[in-house]
Amino acid sequence: MDATGTLAGVLKGEGPRVLATLARTIGDLAVAEDALSEATITALDAWPRTGIPDDPRAWLAVVARRKALDLLRRESARAAKETAACRWGTGAAPDQIEEAIEAMEPQTSLRDDMLRLIFTCCHPALSREAQVAPSLRTLARLEVPAIARAFVVPEATMAKRLVRARAEIAAARIPYAIPADTELPGRLAAVLAVVYLIATEAHAPTGGPAVARVDLEAEALRLARLLASLMPDEPEALSLLALLLLTSARTPARTDADGNPVTLAGQERTRWNRAAIAEGSACLSEAVTRSGGVAGPYQIQAHLAAAHSTAPSWQQTDWDRIVGLYDLLASITASPVVALNRAVAVIERDGPEAGLAALTAIAGLEYSHLWHAALADNLCRLGRTSDAAGAALAVPAATAEGARSRHRGP
Amino acid sequence: MALYVALCYYDRDQSWDSVPDPEFTPEYTEFARRATEAGVMRGGEALYPVTMSTTITVSGGKGGDVLVTDGPYAEAKEVLAGYFLLEAADLDQAIAWAVQIPAAWRGKIELRPVAPAHA
Repeated sequence: MDATGTLAGVLKGEGPRVLATLARTIGDLAVAEDALSEATITALDAWPRTGIPDDPRAWLAVVARRKALDLLRRESARAAKETAACRWGTGAAPDQIEEAIEAMEPQTSLRDDMLRLIFTCCHPALSREAQVAPSLRTLARLEVPAIARAFVVPEATMAKRLVRARAEIAAARIPYAIPADTELPGRLAAVLAVVYLIATEAHAPTGGPAVARVDLEAEALRLARLLASLMPDEPEALSLLALLLLTSARTPARTDADGNPVTLAGQERTRWNRAAIAEGSACLSEAVTRSGGVAGPYQIQAHLAAAHSTAPSWQQTDWDRIVGLYDLLASITASPVVALNRAVAVIERDGPEAGLAALTAIAGLEYSHLWHAALADNLCRLGRTSDAAGAALAVPAATAEGARSRHRGP
Repeated sequence: MALYVALCYYDRDQSWDSVPDPEFTPEYTEFARRATEAGVMRGGEALYPVTMSTTITVSGGKGGDVLVTDGPYAEAKEVLAGYFLLEAADLDQAIAWAVQIPAAWRGKIELRPVAPAHA
């Protein structure tokens, strides 16, 4: 492979980790991002001439770190970090540099670089989309379309919001600094949202033909586990872990032998991961105990996932309970996507007539191909095939508008 | 460095009408002293109660009819009682100072970055 191809591969696979580690060691995400960009430019210039290094990732990490220290040295306000940067500049040995960097590492119980990066991005002065966007871009390479989808708004709207957020970050000087331990609980809700959105993307990737992204799914699970152990008193952290375990347990059955997607109704339930379901159920029980009867949105979603995971078949699913859980969820987070999932459950419980009323009552999903698809499917069941064809035809037109609001399954 | 205004809000009933507790003034004096020593303080004033507010509007564009009314612009539960102008390196530093303003526990603080004036 040529130098540029190797570089692209390293950036894709290892870029997020290099960046997260750099952000931790220098304590500043913006500087880390600039430094990695500069290191990439250096690599583009150097590798074709000198050959691809034996360990491209390590090369990139070392050069990016040097660039970061250069950047910090240029910033006069950072006295302590400048001292370390100068030490580097005077030809210090690598272990001395490590020592200098360790010395300026802030006190924190966030041992994981990725998790630290997410907490750093989730500054409480930022809007939720501005909190989650940098983490999603860095960790999961998710850009505006995926973020727009997650927030159920058109891409152009989300792009505008993020541009405005960047301007606000600059004007208000909102720093990307690793938060102190006392600040962590205040950022948890945003951090949980990031992990949830990574899992959502893993469950239904924005681009490409894949039914699921198992690499992202594993990373989301890993982060959820870390959060649950980092904050054992937070029931929503445990509930999110339960939710991800219960939904990822179904991944093996979501494609058939030819790799075609299989919906929940048609899945071979023997192919579900029973160990993950058992662990998820145990986490959920624990979360229920700790929450003292006040269920948060992740706990309700975990209950929904559990209701499906423990049902012997689609037909024998407890639809009454599922509709009830969606009602509860809607009372906390009124969202058209929740309403859509509820309507699908109403169809199963009460039949297509009642389902049609529930579907048509939903406002705000005109952009969603899922809503049009559900409507078309339901009209078919009612025998209104020509209406169904009309609804089905509206699908491509609606998705072309931009904001596809796919979402994780029930 | 950047400038931030820390707007101090109190419950309407709490502001001025009731006799302040003896800690009230010393708390503010202490904050002002520390912020001044640290070079963070760039100004600040306390305001008379909203009952003394006068609301003014000019209708029909510049030079139009002047309407002067007694009382605040909006009947809000929380009212502006004063402000501090703080200079800090970034928002986190500004927040670190804002939490020391007595209004932070006696009421609420709204922190806003000051937009640079256009020459």
